[in-house]
Amino acid sequence: MSRPELQAPPEIYYGDIEAKKYTQNTRIQQIQADMTYRALELLNLPPDQPAFLLDIGCGSGLSGEILEEEGHTWVGVDVAPSMLEVALERELEGDLFLQDIGQGFGFRPGSFDGAISVSVIQWLLNAETSHPSSSPPRRLTRFFTTLHSALRNPSRAVLQFYPTSDDQIQLITSIAQKAGFGGGVVVDYPNSKKAKKVFLCLFVGSGGGQQVPK
Amino acid sequence: MVRLITHNLLACHVRGCNSNNFPLQFQDVQIGLREAEFNPDFLRGFLPKIEWNALVDSARQLGDTSLPAEQPVMIDDDFLKTLHHVLLEIHVEEGAMVCPNCKHVYPISNGIPNMLLADHEIG
Ligand SMILES: [Zn+2]
Repeated sequence: MSRPELQAPPEIYYGDIEAKKYTQNTRIQQIQADMTYRALELLNLPPDQPAFLLDIGCGSGLSGEILEEEGHTWVGVDVAPSMLEVALERELEGDLFLQDIGQGFGFRPGSFDGAISVSVIQWLLNAETSHPSSSPPRRLTRFFTTLHSALRNPSRAVLQFYPTSDDQIQLITSIAQKAGFGGGVVVDYPNSKKAKKVFLCLFVGSGGGQQVPK
Repeated sequence: MVRLITHNLLACHVRGCNSNNFPLQFQDVQIGLREAEFNPDFLRGFLPKIEWNALVDSARQLGDTSLPAEQPVMIDDDFLKTLHHVLLEIHVEEGAMVCPNCKHVYPISNGIPNMLLADHEIG
């Protein structure tokens, strides 16, 4: 089976059945939880301070649930209505928006103390329609520019994703940099084909202190 | 669900709509009240992000007049509890948010605002 993002746009791929399957699959839950904790760690938030976070491509709220448990308030956006419906059924605390991140955000400057995203932004690499506004570079540019503005200074965005090539990583990081972000890519388990995870760690301003953790 | 905490951060993102595009105006709303855990530390941290006049106006559109017209200088627990209720316990379940500038309608259904734009509205 080829990768989901090559089969159909996310709002089609994650229909009612896929959305429930995804949410109930314990292996997916575990991987998603691990990556959320890792993203939180890389976010390097000030300790013991409840933050206001954006969950990009929140899906059914698997990571939102963890943000809640860690004492944070979150807002989730996703383009798949079926996923959001499952999130609603799970009665989580976060506000949810039906939104295509490739169209950009309308959040006021400095709205969020940080952003996370788990297994989402590879979807931006596929053109949704033939309309010129939906070419991957245009979608990535709108996404990163409006995300940068929505984050406070200093803060971070940590976006785990599944690139298929180094060229894709290059494209994504160069557009993020043009949008004003510092930071770079952190690769966990680089030598394991199965466990390898790529995190884009983006800084607004100083990013809140330290260098990208190893 | 959408609450005033996020509504207060949300401007219209239609292409070229860059001024007078905040706050989005509520239209034909149905609201629900749901208790949330009171967290004074979070609220104190969030206070600097609030556009106060927009919050007062929007709360009134939802039938809540508990906020003072001016943001108080002294932040005590009574004030934070009022703010907590307005920001976090009033849920807009149905209706719409309308941009005051370009009049784009963002429908709210089952508590979820639809922020999707048509091709010609994308920046
Ligand atoms: Zn507008």
